[in-house]
Amino acid sequence: MILNYFKKDMENRIVLSVLLAITLLIPLCNLIFPPDSPLYFSAYSVSLIGKYLCFALLALSLDLVWGYCGILALGQGAFFALGGYAMGMYLMRQIGSRGVYGDPLLPDFMVFLNWKELPWFWQGFDSFPFAMVMVLLAPGILALVFGWLAFRSRVTGVYLSIITQALTYALMLAFFRNEMGFGGNNGLTDFKDILGFNLQTDAVRTVLLMCSGLALLGALLGCQWIARTRLGRVVSALRDQESRVRFIGYRVEMYKLWIFVLSAMLAGVAGALYVPQVGIINPSEFAPLNSLEIVVWVAIGGRGTLFGAIIGAVLVNYMKTVLTGLLPEIWLFTLGAVFILVTVFMPDGLVGLWRKRQELHA
Amino acid sequence: MSEHNPLLQFKERKPLIDRYHTFNFVNRRGVAPGRVDVSHGNILYLEDVSVSFDGFKALNDLSLYLKEGELRCLIGPNGAGKTTLMDVITGKTRPDTGSVYFGQTINLLEMDEPAIAEAGVCRKFQKPSVFGNLTVFENLELAMKADKRAWKTLFAKLHSEQEEHIDEVLETIGLTELRGRQAGILSHGQKQWLEIGMLLMQEPKVMLVDEPVAGMTHQEVDRTAELLLSLEGKHSVIVVEHDMEFVRSIAKTVTVLHEGSVLTEGTMDDVQNDPRVIQVYLGD
Repeated sequence: MILNYFKKDMENRIVLSVLLAITLLIPLCNLIFPPDSPLYFSAYSVSLIGKYLCFALLALSLDLVWGYCGILALGQGAFFALGGYAMGMYLMRQIGSRGVYGDPLLPDFMVFLNWKELPWFWQGFDSFPFAMVMVLLAPGILALVFGWLAFRSRVTGVYLSIITQALTYALMLAFFRNEMGFGGNNGLTDFKDILGFNLQTDAVRTVLLMCSGLALLGALLGCQWIARTRLGRVVSALRDQESRVRFIGYRVEMYKLWIFVLSAMLAGVAGALYVPQVGIINPSEFAPLNSLEIVVWVAIGGRGTLFGAIIGAVLVNYMKTVLTGLLPEIWLFTLGAVFILVTVFMPDGLVGLWRKRQELHA
Repeated sequence: MSEHNPLLQFKERKPLIDRYHTFNFVNRRGVAPGRVDVSHGNILYLEDVSVSFDGFKALNDLSLYLKEGELRCLIGPNGAGKTTLMDVITGKTRPDTGSVYFGQTINLLEMDEPAIAEAGVCRKFQKPSVFGNLTVFENLELAMKADKRAWKTLFAKLHSEQEEHIDEVLETIGLTELRGRQAGILSHGQKQWLEIGMLLMQEPKVMLVDEPVAGMTHQEVDRTAELLLSLEGKHSVIVVEHDMEFVRSIAKTVTVLHEGSVLTEGTMDDVQNDPRVIQVYLGD
């Protein structure tokens, strides 16, 4: 029966099952087994895997907009960082009077800047539900405004890619400024707890990992559902024949906008889950290079397959962890080389390679 | 008394609708917005339309009327402006001057491509541009007349009568057997038919068909001619084609374009014997 389950749509179901297993088993292993057992996962590996899952969600969000809609967005990192900042602001407010300066209301950096009161855009972030809404709204609204302007003027292809890159760069410069009120180049850090639970405990780490896993699973299933609806078919049709879709009577710009906003929100969720697990968010997350790296993850995994993006993100980031540990200097060269090799020899990424193999065997 | 009415005499001499410029004389009141008013018999009015690209006049004061239910063939040498004309009607190109009306009341120059398609002016492209990674059935489904707003398509379900309609069109274009196949692997001729099927799914009032038989075999050309003839009366159709045999087999009225304006209009025989047309096609 299990084998039958995997026969249809095999690769995708394997990915789904592995994700589910990671989400459920790793927390169990961490909590049940003693530290000397070979099945034990250390706190370090738990937060590492949690981080990978967030990157996978980020890659998935890019694949939705790039692989399905054909918009090569080189600013996906901006939405990720905005979601991260929304979460970071909540975590900052949670610190309360435990900061270095002990101000009950103002975060340390504001005291340092001699600010007397909380800026208006920090209001409400002491409430977790409000912060979670902002995690979706901040990237969503930015994507809505930006996308509406870009798609309505029919900016496509390279030009769109360049302005998305400019968008994330502009945001990076803005967030670097102290006067912006987001902590300048130090960003937001020194988080203490989330919903009253200490962030440094194993239990909270494992719960965060589970949340990341579930968010990823939910997003994957949701994106796959969308791809199966008529909207999904319109979107994949407009990727290949945009003007034809328009002449059939579809408002192409609205479809692109819809997908772009959804993708930005997913990236925001990924950022929000990422921040409590790494304990910091700063403007370097807006760096254009980050957004380019996401494209590499998706390209390596296999564009337009959704689960391929997840494979690519986890694999590249695992390589990054290993290589930056062993030989930090060569990491960027390796990444570049891998990207070139993949685009030249496997244009459809690892998933494409696997499928070709399957066809040869069949 | 009436014999001395100068206006009536004028009417008898020259019916209003055949004048060179008719649109400004047409009564345009009394039709609900969004409805196509064809009470004067014409469904498409193009008057004094000019388009220039970098100084090159692709269309030059072109005026053309299409009667409701008519099948019109448009011929002319390369560069005569046939495709530009279609671009203007479907909203892809905005003319520098002139007016384009759909019925008496709908100004096509104020609408964008999706709105024009929605109103019922649909187009088949010169190069078959079906959606290669979707099945034949899905191609027709996407083209189907329906609420095409993004939210609606997310939850859109195919009703049984819609599915029957798709099956009917599949029958009409002879692709029933291939309904589950990817459109990308169809032969050239099949792609052309699928495109015509996609046009039919949109239930258009005006169909613009650009080179439907380019690259087809003889049998395929014959079948396409049958298909287009069967549409006459139900839809108003403009066919652009180079294949004169094919044009002869379907055309009642032929319009010849030359250097961006109408050279002459008439039956195929009239047109072919017109010395100006011969000169344009064969040179001096």
